[in-house]
Amino acid sequence: MTAFLRFLINGVSLGSVYAIIALGYTMVYGIAKMLNFAHGDVIMVGAYISYCGMQYWGVPPVASILTAMVVCTVLGITIEGLAYRPLRQAASLAVLITAIGMSYLLQNVALMIWGANPKTFPQTFINGASLNVGDMSISSATIITILANVLIMVALTLFTAKTKMGKAMRCVSEDRGAAELMGINVNRTISVTFAIGSALAAIAGVLLCSSYPILQPTTGSMPGIKAFTAAVFGGIGSIPGAMLGGVLLGVIEIFGKAYISTELGDAIVFAVLIVVLLVKPSGLLGKPMREKV
Amino acid sequence: MKKLLALVMAAMMLLSVTAVLAEDASIKIAVIGPFTGPAANYGLACQYGAQVAADEINAQGGMQIELICVDDEHDPEKSVNAYTYAMDKGAQMIAGTTTTSPCLAVSAQAYEDRVFMLTPSASSDLVVADKDNMYQICFQDPQMGIIPADMIAEKKLGTKIAIIYNISDDYSTGIYEAFKAEAEKVGLEIVSVTTFTEGDTDYKTQVDKAMTAGADLVFLPIYYTPASMILRAAKDINYAPVFFGVDGMDGILALENFDASLAEGVILLTPFSAFDTDETVVNFVEKYTAVSDGVVPNQFGADAYDAVGALYQACVNAGITGDTAAEDACELLIDQFSTMEYTGLTGTMQWDETGAVNKLPAAYVIQDGAYVPLDK
Amino acid sequence: MKMTKAKRNRLIYNVVTFALVIIAFFVLQSMIDAKTITRSLKGQLVPICCWIVMAVSLNLVVGISGELSLGHAGFMSVGAYTGAVVSGLLLNVYQIEDASARLAIAIVAGGLMAGIVGALIGIPVLRLRGDYLAIVTLAFGEIIRNLVNVLYIGTGDGRLYMSFLTKKLPEGVVMLVDGAKGAVKIKPISTFIAGFILVLITLAVVLNLINSRAGRAIKACRDNRIAAESMGVNVTKYKMTAFVTAAVLAGMAGALYGLKSSTIVPTQFTFNQSINVLVFVVLGGLGNVLGSVISATFLTILPETLRAFADYRMLVYAVVLILVMIFTNNPTIRSFVNRLIAPFKKKESTPGGDAQ
Repeated sequence: MTAFLRFLINGVSLGSVYAIIALGYTMVYGIAKMLNFAHGDVIMVGAYISYCGMQYWGVPPVASILTAMVVCTVLGITIEGLAYRPLRQAASLAVLITAIGMSYLLQNVALMIWGANPKTFPQTFINGASLNVGDMSISSATIITILANVLIMVALTLFTAKTKMGKAMRCVSEDRGAAELMGINVNRTISVTFAIGSALAAIAGVLLCSSYPILQPTTGSMPGIKAFTAAVFGGIGSIPGAMLGGVLLGVIEIFGKAYISTELGDAIVFAVLIVVLLVKPSGLLGKPMREKV
Repeated sequence: MKKLLALVMAAMMLLSVTAVLAEDASIKIAVIGPFTGPAANYGLACQYGAQVAADEINAQGGMQIELICVDDEHDPEKSVNAYTYAMDKGAQMIAGTTTTSPCLAVSAQAYEDRVFMLTPSASSDLVVADKDNMYQICFQDPQMGIIPADMIAEKKLGTKIAIIYNISDDYSTGIYEAFKAEAEKVGLEIVSVTTFTEGDTDYKTQVDKAMTAGADLVFLPIYYTPASMILRAAKDINYAPVFFGVDGMDGILALENFDASLAEGVILLTPFSAFDTDETVVNFVEKYTAVSDGVVPNQFGADAYDAVGALYQACVNAGITGDTAAEDACELLIDQFSTMEYTGLTGTMQWDETGAVNKLPAAYVIQDGAYVPLDK
Repeated sequence: MKMTKAKRNRLIYNVVTFALVIIAFFVLQSMIDAKTITRSLKGQLVPICCWIVMAVSLNLVVGISGELSLGHAGFMSVGAYTGAVVSGLLLNVYQIEDASARLAIAIVAGGLMAGIVGALIGIPVLRLRGDYLAIVTLAFGEIIRNLVNVLYIGTGDGRLYMSFLTKKLPEGVVMLVDGAKGAVKIKPISTFIAGFILVLITLAVVLNLINSRAGRAIKACRDNRIAAESMGVNVTKYKMTAFVTAAVLAGMAGALYGLKSSTIVPTQFTFNQSINVLVFVVLGGLGNVLGSVISATFLTILPETLRAFADYRMLVYAVVLILVMIFTNNPTIRSFVNRLIAPFKKKESTPGGDAQ
C-alpha cells in the first residue's frame, strides 16, 4: 500500500511537471492555432537563464526566476514576431516546420553558449526540503509544482474570462477573421499569448529542473513531446484539460513502469493515450468538434 | 585551338604544382563523434582529448599531425557521411567514432575501403568483430560486465543486487547482459532489474523498485548523466545501498555544480582518473581544461588522447608520412597495432588479434569528491 | 477544351518528374563510372533515394490525403527490421548468395510488413481528425520503436528464433535483431540502382494513384470531407488506401535503408526522424510530388555541404530552414518574387493543381 502511494506521489510529481509545460502548449495552440514545437526549448532556455542567475551572477533564486521569465518573454515575442508572424496567412504546416527549425536553432545556440557538459540544477527553496508522512517523503518541489499549476490554471482561467485582453484571446481563438472585423488587434493578441506562454515556460523550466536536476541543451525536447501529448490527451486548447492530461500522463507513466514493465514504459503511456482518444476523439476535456456543412 | 589547348595544359600543370606545394607532410587523422545533439558531451570530450594530444605532438616538432574533426550527431547515416567527408578531405586514418552504432556503420565502410580505424570509446565487441582494420582503446562491454560481477562476489560488496540500465543504449544493454550471465555463474542474487530510455526524466520508480526489493548493491552500467539523477532520487527516499558503476560513470564529478556528497561511496571501474597525481595526468588535465572551457576530462577525453598518441607512435614506427595513401597506411598500421605496446594515460596497452585492447581497469571509490583506489 | 488542358498539364508534370529523376540517375551513374564523384556524395546516394521515397509517400498522406502523420519513421523501421531479418534468413538458412535477389525479396517483405502494420494502425487512426490524428500517429511511431527495442530474433539450425522482452534464444544462434543493439551484422547489399528503381516505382505508384479515380476521391475528402461523403465517396476506404500505400512505400524505403548499413538501431527511427521527413514534404510543397523529390535531395545534402561551417553547421541549417520556410510561404515575399520573375516566366499554370 505504501509502495502504491509512493508511486502515486511520483506520478503526480512527474505529471505536474508535464502539466505546467502542457499549459504553455495549450495556450498557444488555443489562440494561435499552431503547434509550437519550440516550446520545449524555450523551457530549456528558461532553466539555463535561472541557472546562470543563481550560479554565475549571484542573484537570489526568486530574482533569477524572474529574470528567466523576462528573458523568455522577450524571446517568445521575438520568435513569434520574426518567425511565426510572417507566416500568419500560410498553411499551418509551414508554421509547424518553422517552429521545428526554431527548436533546432535554440538547441544549437544553447550548445554554443553553455556547452554540452550537463549542469546540475542547484538546490533552492523549491527542492530543498521534503515533507515526511509516515515512511513516505514528498519533495517540496512536487508540492510547489502542484501549487504553481493550480495557481497558474486559476490565473489563466480568470485572465481569459475577465480581462479585456483575455476576452480578445478567446475571440481570436473562436474566429480570427471575425475578431479582426470587430476591431481586435490579432497580431498583438497573439504576441501577448506568446509572451504569457513563454513566461510560463520559464517557470516550467525551473520546476522541471528542480525535480529532475539535469540541465543540457536537449533537456526540453523529450518533456516537450510528452507535454504536447498530455495537452492533446486533456483536450488541446483547454486549460484545465492540460492540467488533467499532464497529471494523468505522469501517473500512467509511473504506474506502467512500476507495475507492468519499465522496458515498455513509453509504449504503455502511448497505448493508453490511443485508447482514450479513440473513446473520446477530442481529448478528455476538449470541446467536441462541430461539423458544419 | 592549339593555343587554347596549350593554355589549358599550362593552367593544369600550374594547378598540379601548387597542389603538390600545398601538400604539407602532416599526417591527417579524422576524429568523428557527436559534437551536437544529445550525445554531444561524449563526442566533444573525445575531440578535446584528441586536440590536446595533437597539440602536444606538434609542439615537439618532428612529424606533424592534423586533425579533421567531423560531427556525426550520434547517427549511423550521418556518421558514414562524416567519414566520407573526412576521406574527401584527405584523412589517412580514423580516430573514432565515439559512439557504438555509428562506429559499426562506419567501420563496415572503412573495412571495405581499407582505412584504419582506432575508436577511443565505441565499446561493443561487435565493433571489432571480423574487421582486421578496426581497433579499440576502450574496454569491451562484456569485460565491463564480467569484472564487476567477479569483484562483487569476491569482495562481498553486496548480497542482493539491483540493476538499472538504459534499454535504448547498446553500451548499457551489452554490459547488463554480460553482468547477468557472470552473476549467475558466480552465484550473485539479482533481485531487481529495471530500465529507462534515453531522454527519460523520472528515475524515482526504478530506484524505488530496487529499494522495495531490498537490494543492498545497485549496479549501474550507464553513463554519468542519468546516474547523477539516480543518485539524487535514492537520496530523496533515504535509500543508501552501495552503487557500483563502470567506465561510463567516470565524469560524474565533473558535472557542473554536482553535489559530490551524493556520489560518496560510489564504486566505479575506469581506466583513467583525473585525480591521479601522476605528472602526465596532471599535465593532461591542465591542458584539457584549457580547451574544454574548464570541464575536467573523463575517460572519453583520456581514451581519445591515447588514440591519437597510439596512432602517432604507430605511424612513426611504420614510417607513415602525410604522403602515404590511406590504403597503404591501413596495412602498415595493422602490422604495428598487432605487435606494438603503447603506454598512455589509460595504462599500458596491447591489442589482441581481433583488435580488442588488453589493459587493466582500476576500481575506485568516490570519497570526499575524489577517486580513491578501492583496495586502499 | 478545358479537360484536355488540365490533362496535358498533368502529363507534362509527370513526364518532367520522371525525366528529371532519370537524368539525375544517369548523370550520377556516369560520374560513378568515371570516378569523378566525391566519396561524400557517393555515400549519400542510397540514403537520398530512401528519403525521396519516404518524402513522396508521406506526401501522399499529408499533402494528398490531408492527414498530418507524425509517425512515418515507424513504418520505415518496420521495413528496415523486416528487411534485415529476411535478408539474414535468406542468407543464413536458405543460403541464397545472390545479393540482388535477397535485396529484392527483402524490400518486398519490408513493404508488405509495413503495409500490414499500416493497415492495423490505420483502422483506429483514421477515425480521428486533425491534431488528434497527428498525436496518435506519433504515439504509434513511439510504440513501434519501443517494441523493436525489446525484440530478439536470430537464426540457427536452419530455423528462425524469436523472443520478446527478454533474450531467450538458445546458445549458438546467430543474432539478427538484438534488442537495443538493433539489427546487427547486416550484410550491406543496397545499391544505388536498386534505390533508383524504388524511386521510379514510388513515383509511378503515387502519381498514378493521384491521377486515378481513387486519387480524386482522396483529394475530395481532403478538401471537404462532408461534401465528399454526401456524394457517396467512401471516405474511410480511400483514406485507408492512401495511408496503407504510404506505409508500404515507407517500409520498402526502410528495407533499402537498413540494408545499406551494417547495423540499424531503434534510435534512428524516432519522432525526430518522422519530423525530418515531414520537413521534406512541407518544404517541397504539399501535394507536390516533384517538390518532395527535390527537397528530400536538397535537405539531405545540405547538412553535408554545410560541414565547412564546422561548429556552426547545425545552427546554419536551422537558420536556412526557417528562412526558406518564410521566403516560400510569406504572401508578401511570394508576390514580390512573382512580380520579379513574371517578365521572364511564360504563362503556365501550377502543374497538377495539387499544391496548396
